[in-house]
Formats: sequence, structure tokens, C-alpha cells
Amino acid sequence: MSDMSDMTESATTRGRTQHLLYILPVLVFGALAAVIAYFMLSGRDPRLLPSALIDQPAPEFKLPPIEGWEGRKPGLATGDLRGAVTVVNFFASWCVPCLAEHPQIMALSKMEGVRVVGINHKDRPAAAKDWLTRHGDPYARIGADSGRAAIEWGVYGMPETFILDKTGRIRFKHVGVVRRETLKETILPIIRKLRK
Amino acid sequence: MIAEVGHFALILAALMALVQGTLPLVGAARGEAPLMALAKPAAQAQFLLIAVAFGALTYAYVVSDFSIANVAQNSHSAKPLLYKITGVWGNHEGSMLLWVLILALFGAALASFGRNLPPSLHARALGVQGLIGIAFLAFLLFSSNPFERLVPAPPDGSGLNPLLQDPGLAFHPPFLYLGYVGFSMAFSFAIAALLEGRVDPAWARWVRPWTLAAWSCLTVGIALGSWWAYYELGWGGWWFWDPVENASFMPWIAGAALLHSAIVVEKRGTLKSWTVLLAIIVFSLSLVGTFLVRSGVLTSVHAFATDPARGLFILGILVLTIGGSLTLYAWRAPQLRATGTFRPVSREGALVLNNLLLTVAAATVFIGTLYPLVLDAVGGGKISVGAPYFNATFIPIMTPLVIAMAIGPMLAWKRGDLWAALGRLKLALAAAVGVVALSLWLDGTRDLLAAMGMALAAWLFAGVALELAGRIKLGRAPIADSLRRAAGLPRAAYGMTVAHMGFAVVIAGVTASSAWQTESIRIMKPGEMTTLAGYDFRFLGVKAGRGPNYASQFGSFAVSRGGRPVATLVAEKRFYPVQRRQTTEAAIHTTWLSDLYAVIGEADKSGGWSVRLYHNPLVPWIWIGAIIMFAGGTISLSDRRHRVGAPRRARPAALAGSAPAKA
Repeated sequence: MSDMSDMTESATTRGRTQHLLYILPVLVFGALAAVIAYFMLSGRDPRLLPSALIDQPAPEFKLPPIEGWEGRKPGLATGDLRGAVTVVNFFASWCVPCLAEHPQIMALSKMEGVRVVGINHKDRPAAAKDWLTRHGDPYARIGADSGRAAIEWGVYGMPETFILDKTGRIRFKHVGVVRRETLKETILPIIRKLRK
Repeated sequence: MIAEVGHFALILAALMALVQGTLPLVGAARGEAPLMALAKPAAQAQFLLIAVAFGALTYAYVVSDFSIANVAQNSHSAKPLLYKITGVWGNHEGSMLLWVLILALFGAALASFGRNLPPSLHARALGVQGLIGIAFLAFLLFSSNPFERLVPAPPDGSGLNPLLQDPGLAFHPPFLYLGYVGFSMAFSFAIAALLEGRVDPAWARWVRPWTLAAWSCLTVGIALGSWWAYYELGWGGWWFWDPVENASFMPWIAGAALLHSAIVVEKRGTLKSWTVLLAIIVFSLSLVGTFLVRSGVLTSVHAFATDPARGLFILGILVLTIGGSLTLYAWRAPQLRATGTFRPVSREGALVLNNLLLTVAAATVFIGTLYPLVLDAVGGGKISVGAPYFNATFIPIMTPLVIAMAIGPMLAWKRGDLWAALGRLKLALAAAVGVVALSLWLDGTRDLLAAMGMALAAWLFAGVALELAGRIKLGRAPIADSLRRAAGLPRAAYGMTVAHMGFAVVIAGVTASSAWQTESIRIMKPGEMTTLAGYDFRFLGVKAGRGPNYASQFGSFAVSRGGRPVATLVAEKRFYPVQRRQTTEAAIHTTWLSDLYAVIGEADKSGGWSVRLYHNPLVPWIWIGAIIMFAGGTISLSDRRHRVGAPRRARPAALAGSAPAKA
């Protein structure tokens, strides 16, 4: 008797799970479409969402220089971020958007009263060196990151740019390409404010 | 006048699609033959009307009728005739018109050659094609009318994006669309099967050739695109994991999975609901591909349309098509019962593994592509997860796939013998080991990963050759006997062998060119010499020249090896005054084993030029391999089984009942 009921029960469970399996594709698609529609229709600007790291001290880290580039630029550690307003720019030679913002980073590096440092993310040393030779090296220091630092900084793609005040606290984060407008309208005013 | 004819034809075509997408489906549901019979003439008429519209737009381009906004924005009277014609689809509206033209072409083909299909399945498949047609024709007419007039007409047009004025890219979209839209047939059949409530081997026999044709065209389309990127963008690379490239790559991967699962449905009557789901997914990915490129979500050379209203329209089409079909799937698929059973180690098991790995691969690309896009859509800015993500995820998935690709065809249906199969692959293993040793010996950097990649290619190539040798009992039977067997093998078997060999060639090309590319980026003055990969490049200087609608600078290099002249490379830099844009045309000398590749950049004040020189080992193999894969698909398509009418000949008794439908 108990055998029988066990069997029927397991059969119905299996039937139910199987049924769920057939519904799964449409559920996944529905969720995806809903997320996209929500953002398209809500008109909210998620850029305004504060990052968890804003106004926090920069995470503890210590990165070696790019292999073969140590003669030109030293590596980067948390201690190097204090004492002046600092722009931390995550970049990589494989990242096409990074090239798009490169002129802006170059321009920043020529300004007075701001220190620009780079974190070279998941790159081959040879490729990174080539890239810096070809397009110019705006950074005062460059840390070579195999991925760990990006996680600690909450970076999820290339490029990202942080602005730190003189005490080494993160005051601003920009995700994606720093355009000429972004530089003029957002980044420069923040730097000016922090320098005071 | 001609433009209005085209516009009117397009409206009529939309009405035809409306007929095709509704009445036959109603007829099939109620079992009314006259309503079902409407599908065929409607599909044929729709195709003719869209062809008229396409002809009208082409005519407007050829005669440079700048009173049409689309022509004025995308053409120029000084453009060569070839690019006037290809300019028709070098813009958003025209490319959407090409899309519906190809859709209608497939619909008309199904209408004309599908006489031996069960009438209700035929009517339903055509009906679904009609529904897709309605959506895209409405999109064209309401938000992307290619025939819009411009008052007053400008004296000349603003020209086609110079990057698109290139033979490789001129024919890239038609092939891509043949692939994307071709998958609509598998989709229509899948929906029809869900409506019918049954999937049988005959159904799979119908789905496979359409899928194979679409997949083969997509292979060519992707190869053309990457070839273009290689010689035109001047970075020495051929694949950038760009979202637009990925958009075409995802349906290609999923389409390859569909090809293989349809085999299981055809031969063994199992994996039915999975195959139906896969058909829906493949076409959905094709639509997403169109959406990504067309909606202006992507700002790259590919996105000619940057209009959010269009984006929302396409999003609506996507939600209706994909959401609707997946809902239907959730409701009806549980009724599709498998008939065949099999052991894990068997041909079916191998094909399931193939499907699993290909699906995961497609999902990986999907996540890597969509994640930055979603982030961008929500305002997070443009980021790139980049090549490291794809290399880190894609290669580990492809490795077991390639290993299994050699083993799978050696296994029997239902229940295979893994050890026997592996025993037959001893020579392939020897080839792989030999290639590892050879690579490490030749390669100064001792790159073990690259050596393994080359070994995989050798393993697959040898494994596929051994499978064919085994089938014809080469070496185990008298040679005359083997030849007789070889002649008797179905073409589909040769198609598989050739396509898999093509894939092995692609792997070798991809591995070698990624691992062993060498480059030299420097400033050179005329007369200077530099050495790269054993070749001496002497820079001869830069000369000016003129093209039909651009000005050129030609930088020449005399290449020699050990004092013996090899080639003269002439790298070109073009300036298109109408658009004020520059393009690079790389100089390429190929030895079939490697490419010498040169690009010139800017001049500096001291008379030097920045130049980029590359040595790309085996890179031509990537495209040769793609052509071989296309050839494999074509050989398989020419198999008797796939030809129209073949199912009827093979099973005259079973299909006698549907014979009246022919009349």
C-alpha cells in the first residue's frame, strides 16, 4: 500500500517539476523584458544612485607596476592616494571605450593640482606597454591588476574613473567613457571643489 | 512616381501578410481547406509586391533620385554604381526592406515547394510567416518608410558611410539576413508543430534543410564581416567581441545546436520539445540581433538608426514574438512525447552533450554582450567586459566540445561503445601529440595553451577523417570495395565530414593568429628598414592618388626575406571629402600560411610616418575554414533526402493520404 502511494506521489511531483521546466523559458524572458521595460519607461536616472563606496576611504590594496614598465612608472598602493586630489582611472589595452576617453585623461594629467593614477585591468604587460607607447601615458603611477583590485573597488567594466579627496576618500565615481562634456561639466567642477 | 509605386506595393504587401497571417491559421484550427489554401497565393503575392518595392528603391538609388529622403541621406551621385546598389541596404530603412524581402522570399519558397507537407502544418507554418511579415511590414511603413519624399530635393546626396563602401561589407548584410531570416522557417515550423500538437521525424526532415541553409549563409555572412574588419579597420585583428559581432554569433551557435538536435528528432524521434524550444530561441536571438543593431542601442558603424521610437517598436515586436511563442511552448510542449530511448553513451548522448555545450556557449556570449548593454540602457555608461571575459569563458566551453566532436560520430545510435570509439581515434591522438611537440619546437615562446589549441584542431581533423575512413572500411577491405562504399555514402555524411574539417581549420587559424601574431609599430622615414618575423620591410615613401569619390595616400613597403624580394605592400589611406572621413585599407600579402599586413598612419613633422606592420600566422585559415564549412552545409543540402519531394518518395504509403493536397 505505502509503496503504491509513494509511487503516485513521486509521479505527480515529477509531472509538476516537468511542467515547471516548460514554463521556465517564458518566465526567464518575462523577467528580462520586465527589467528592460521598467528602465525604459520609468525615466529614472540610475546614474544618480550612490555607489556604496562614495565617501568611504579607498579600499586597501597594493599593486605591482606593469612588467617592463617599472622603470617609467611605479606601482600603486592605498598610501599613494593621500595628500592630493587624485583621479583613479581603470583602463586596459583591450578596451575600446578606454581609447575613446584617453584624450580626456591625457588632458586631466596636464592640469595642475590633480594627480592622475591608473589601474591596468587584466591586461598583458606587452599589450599594455604598446598601448601606452602608442597613445601616451598620462598616469603618475600605474598598478597592474589581475582582477582583485577591481572587485574591491566595485568596478564591473572598463573604463571606470574615481575621484578621491586629499584624505584618500572616494568622492565621485564615473562609469564608462569620460567624454569631453563629462570632463567639463562634471569632473572638473568636482576637482575644483575638492582642491579648496 | 516610381517611389510611390514602391510605397503602394509595400502597403499591399502588408495587407497580403495580414491575409496570410490570419485566415490560414483559422482555417487550420477549424479544418477548413479553402481558408488554408489561401496561404499559398498570399505568400507568393506578398513576395512579388515586396520585390516590386525593393526594385523601386534600387531604381531610385541607381538614378540618384534625391527627392527621396533615404536616397539623399545615404547616396551621392559620384558614388560607383556597385555602391549605389549596395547602398540600398547600407542604411536603416533599406536594410529593413531587405529583411522583409528575404522573409517573403522564404515564405514564397515554402508556399511553392511545400506541397507534400500535411495541409494543416503547411498552412500553419505559412500563417506564422505571415504574422512575422505583418510585424515587420508595419514597422517599415509606420516608423521607417524608405520612400519618404524630401521637399525641396537637395542637389546632391550626403553619401554612404565610407566604411561601408567596400566589397566585403557590401555583401555582408544580405548573407547575414539570409541567415537571420532563414531561421524564421525553423521558428514557423516550431510554432506550427506546437499548434498541431505533434512533432515527428517528417517534421524534422522539413526543418533541417531550412536551418542548414540559414546557418550556412550566416557562416558566410559572419566570415565576410570579420574579413572586412580585418583588412579595413587596420588593427590586424579579425574579431573584437563587439556586441554587433556577438549579435550575429549567438544565433550561429544556437543554430548549430538546432541543426544537431533536429538530427536526433529525425532519426530517433526524441528531444522533440527541446528542438522546438531551440528553434524558438534561435529565431529569437536573430530578432535580438536585428534589434541590437537596428535600434541604435549600439553606437558603432553598424547602427544607422538612432531613434528611440523605433527601438520601442522593435522591443514590442520582440516581446510579442518571443513572449508569445514561449507562452505557447509552456502550454503545448508538455504534450510532445518522446518515442525513442537511449543510453548516455550513444550518438544521441553525444548530440545532447553538443547541444548542452553550444547552448552554454551561446548563453555566455549573451551575458557578456547584454550585460554592458543593459548597464548602458539604464544609464550606467558605456563599458566593455572585453576580450578577457570571452576568452576566459568561451575557450573552456569549446575545448570539450571539440574533443567530443571527434568521438560523437563514431558512436552508434541508442547505445555506443566509448572504448571502441576511442580505440579508433588512436591515430588522431597521435596527430594531436605530434602537433603539440611541433608547435612547442617551432614556437620560441613555448606557449603551451597555443600548442594545445593547435592539437585540438589536429585531433578534430584527424578524427573526422578517420570516421570517414571507417565508414568506407579504408584499409580493412579491398580498395575497390572501399571506393564502392565511398560512392554509396549519402551526401549528408560527406557534408558533415567537410563541415567539421572546416571547423578544425578555423580553430587552427584562430589559435595561431591569436597566439603568434607579431607586430611592429613605429615611425619610419622613407628608405628606412625594419625587420619583423624574419621579413625585412623597407619603407619606400608615400604617394598621393585619387579615387572616384575620395583622395588617397599610398604608402609602399618593399618586403624581402634573406635578401630575396617577397612582395611590395601598398597600404592605402582614403579621405572622403563628402563625409569628411578617413578610412584605412590595409596592405596584405598572403602566403596562405601567414599574412604580412601593413597600415600607414599619420606623418610627423620630421618627414616620418607612423606605420603598423603585422605578421599574422595562419590567419587566412579562418576564412578558408568558414568557406569549407559553408561547402559542407551545401553538400549536405544537396543530399537526396533533403530535396523537395524526397520524403514522399521515401514513404509513399504513409503519405498517400495527403496526396490530394497536391491537386
